[in-house]
Amino acid sequence: MSRMLETHQASFARNGEAVFAPVDLALDSGQALIVLGPNGCGKTTLLRMLAGILRPWQGQVVRHCQPAFLGHLPAFKGDLSCRENLAFQRRFHGGAGLEENRALARVGLAGLGLRPARTLSAGQKRRLGLAGLLIAPRPLWLLDEPYASLDDSGCELVDRLLSEHLTAGGAVALSAHQRKPVIEVEMIRVELAVTGEAA
Amino acid sequence: MIVSSMSALIARDLRLAVRHGGESLMPLIFLFSVIILIPLGVGPGPNLLSAIAPGMIWVAALLSSLLALENLFRPDLDDGTLEQWWIGQCPAGALVVARLFSHWLITAVPVIVFAPLAAQMLYLPAEALPVLVLSLLIGTPVLSLVGGLAAALTLGTNRGSVLLSILVFPLIVPVLIFATGAVSAAADGMSASAHLGLLASLLILAITLVPLATSAALRLNIE
Repeated sequence: MSRMLETHQASFARNGEAVFAPVDLALDSGQALIVLGPNGCGKTTLLRMLAGILRPWQGQVVRHCQPAFLGHLPAFKGDLSCRENLAFQRRFHGGAGLEENRALARVGLAGLGLRPARTLSAGQKRRLGLAGLLIAPRPLWLLDEPYASLDDSGCELVDRLLSEHLTAGGAVALSAHQRKPVIEVEMIRVELAVTGEAA
Repeated sequence: MIVSSMSALIARDLRLAVRHGGESLMPLIFLFSVIILIPLGVGPGPNLLSAIAPGMIWVAALLSSLLALENLFRPDLDDGTLEQWWIGQCPAGALVVARLFSHWLITAVPVIVFAPLAAQMLYLPAEALPVLVLSLLIGTPVLSLVGGLAAALTLGTNRGSVLLSILVFPLIVPVLIFATGAVSAAADGMSASAHLGLLASLLILAITLVPLATSAALRLNIE
């Protein structure tokens, strides 16, 4: 068990106002963490801060490995084909994961390798994002609403990928508000409450 | 690791530019519309044209650089690829350099390649041609660098292009002055090394400061 990620009284502020109360958490390999809370409580902000996209306002975030972050935005170029997008991810993030076609097949997009990414449906775009996790493997996954816009088989796919990742010694932090992951590992729960004006 | 991330970004930018076909031809369309239209306005006399040739070619280079700035970072901000710059092992400053290099390849290199032909059409003396190309080689990267910083600073504003032009113009006036000064000096048979030296010092200054400042400005927009 090695430590992947920890925060010490970390919080983030917009316009001088804290988005959420300071968070203390620690995540080891093989562990999963779920961020819960109502809309607008800062789940996405917390995950972006854990990924290193946002810098903490107070406290600190310590990452012991490279994270992968999958957010609301697709992070793909619509004018490139699915395979070209994945090939870019492999070179950009430097990964030795699955080959492009196999990753696409794994997430249920077999045969769509040459389609421009902009022609995919919302759910297919999420699946392409998941394929990115397989192309450039990272020990720490930070997934913002991974179940959004996926159908039932897509949600089961996320569960399977999570289980495999955790079994292989990876760690996951994710946010979810409707469907929760169905995995065997006991998840660490981080509850965020709405602070500031919105409360 | 850093090199492979940078080269991946450059390769993707070029691929997207080729796929958008029309946009990547804009620099040449600018160059030749300036070269063809201005003589119609000011008259075809060789003396007048050869005097204004350096300025005209440089203005074409400047416009083609400036017009591509609006979309330098915005599509990446909108589709979420920009925030990935802060997750990998490659420092964002290095990725800024890669992005500005592809901007330079797309907007400046076609102008540099065709500048000698354009200069011939404007009766610029042949002995000034090497200096013209050299001034473009040293000066156009400064345009990309300064423009990149302005594009990053105005990324958060909704219609940034007006603000962007206002920010960029005063900063690139020295580039235009020294570059056209160098070509005019060479056309008059004098040494251009002083002008080119000053131009090179601008390039060194920009290349030292801009990547850091640009990545800081981008980060502010992401937060």
